[in-house]
Amino acid sequence: MASLVTLTVIIPMIGAAFAMLLRTQRWLRELVVSSSLIFLAVASTLILLDVKEGATIVSRVGGWAPELGVVLVADMFAALVLFVASLTILAVEIFSLFQRRTQFGSDLSITGPILLVLSSGVALAVLTGDLFTLFVSFELILISSYVLLTHQGQPGQIRSGMTYVVMNLLASTLFLVGIAFVYGATGTVNLALLAERIPELSDGTRIGIGTWFLVVFGTKAAMFPVFSWLPDSYPTAPTTITAIFAGLLTKIGVYAIIRFHGLMGFDDLGALILTIAALTMVTGVLGALAQNDMKRILSFHIVSQIGYMLMAFGLFTINGVAAAIFFLFNQIPTKTVLFLSGGLVEASEGTSSLKKVGGLAKHRPEIAFVFGLPALSLAGIPPFSGFVAKFGVVASGVAAQSWWLVAVALGVSLLTLLSMAKIWVGVFWGKPADSTDSQESSLSRSDRSYQAMTFAALATVGATLAIALFAGPIWDMSIRAAEEVLDSSSYIEAVMTE
Amino acid sequence: MSTTLILLAAFLAGVATYLVTSRILSRILLGFVIYGHVVVIALLAAGGKAGEAPLADQTSAIDSSDPLPQALSLTAIVISFGLTLFMLALARASQLHTGTDLVEDDLEDKSIGLEESHG
Repeated sequence: MASLVTLTVIIPMIGAAFAMLLRTQRWLRELVVSSSLIFLAVASTLILLDVKEGATIVSRVGGWAPELGVVLVADMFAALVLFVASLTILAVEIFSLFQRRTQFGSDLSITGPILLVLSSGVALAVLTGDLFTLFVSFELILISSYVLLTHQGQPGQIRSGMTYVVMNLLASTLFLVGIAFVYGATGTVNLALLAERIPELSDGTRIGIGTWFLVVFGTKAAMFPVFSWLPDSYPTAPTTITAIFAGLLTKIGVYAIIRFHGLMGFDDLGALILTIAALTMVTGVLGALAQNDMKRILSFHIVSQIGYMLMAFGLFTINGVAAAIFFLFNQIPTKTVLFLSGGLVEASEGTSSLKKVGGLAKHRPEIAFVFGLPALSLAGIPPFSGFVAKFGVVASGVAAQSWWLVAVALGVSLLTLLSMAKIWVGVFWGKPADSTDSQESSLSRSDRSYQAMTFAALATVGATLAIALFAGPIWDMSIRAAEEVLDSSSYIEAVMTE
Repeated sequence: MSTTLILLAAFLAGVATYLVTSRILSRILLGFVIYGHVVVIALLAAGGKAGEAPLADQTSAIDSSDPLPQALSLTAIVISFGLTLFMLALARASQLHTGTDLVEDDLEDKSIGLEESHG
């Protein structure tokens, strides 16, 4: 099993190298990309099942001791996130396989291989057991995201790409300096050893390190006040790319916060995290209400939802962290499918501006379906998975008696519903736009690639419904993951024992 | 830990921060090149006292300098080198489109702001 954990990182990387060589053989290339992603999905499912039955899987890369080498740790939390992330990437790959043939996707040979590098980075970020490898995996994810964002070279993409690259590069620099601080203070970058040594540091040093890494991971997670790069850049990318970014990138930032700050026991940063969480929720949703473009509204909601996860985590209770983990698990497919529905709207109408489209519920009911269910889920309407996730967050807030947070969370929920209604009214109701200019750029319903895209999006909707259906078992796993995250001794024991 | 190294890192960080706050991407790029040096110096400072070259079987663990920060620095240098090239390409692409490499504001956001103020 340990070697399978290592292979989840290596196989996509090897696949990327081969796919890069197959520039001209389109079908062979797509075969390599798809089969690597299928391997990743199968492997992560096996890992999840194994971790659920037994204990944490630890893989010592190269056979080095944890003090010297790199360890990969698949505990419950890692296995859950890896599972849902790999399935989501696979669904998007199927979607983009057919979209690439149309003019709305990017048809360059680079997308597939870079997507594999990104998947490898995500797997590494989730599994890694040391801080420096976490940095490397963040760079893998970010560099591939820079390329995916700007490779079409359109003016808007270059412009927003510059902001995106500069912001994230700054965060990466801070990350490295933070690693120097941590190494100077403790003499190790291994997370298990850090979990032993950081709580023993003096309060000033400890809080300094905690706050520093909150800024670093928070920038990747687009928390308040360092979120402005996100709604600017995400909507300019091709839809499938945005769907991947929306589903995964910011969530990896949240994952790192939960992993790092949970494991190191930064309970005393709780108040700070909760304040940031409330501000993130409110600014995100208010930003969304002001927008006039479907993809931009959804981008602001990414920010707003990050606040929920931070809020539940900031309580530092088992239930709170479990709610954050469940929320994270649910957000990955939900956010992705919302952006895929945006992609379908673009494929059908040539634009996603609320002012230019309308009446889609009548002539494209399948898009209304693909958008409608996840939108209700995002707003937290029962019986969808988003309701379970939000219920967990609010319940943990009530249990911790943070009434003002509960009030903010519920108020933001209502505003989320309002802005989803704005998309619904703008895109799906009303008169069909007289799309004389966009007519030639739209795909007809009988087009095979349109059907395949709809199918992939529907499959993802199915996945979000399955989360609601299996909410019980997933919640149990989240509880176990939260216990493992907060109780560092189990993590240390798993990593250190042979 | 050497005070000279820390002062040098702080000074370079100041210069780099000044450059990064500019709107011109090529200046920002220079800022990040300097940040790269800040990181390497900070990692070296974190490694403690300098010593013999850390070769297995040749130097004892006590005499040798800490090899890990050196390995980390090397990785950081490689990554920042690649990113410098990528940013240069980005600056060039921007120059082809707009004639300059200015990092501009979010246009859609601006238009929404204008719309609100004009009713």
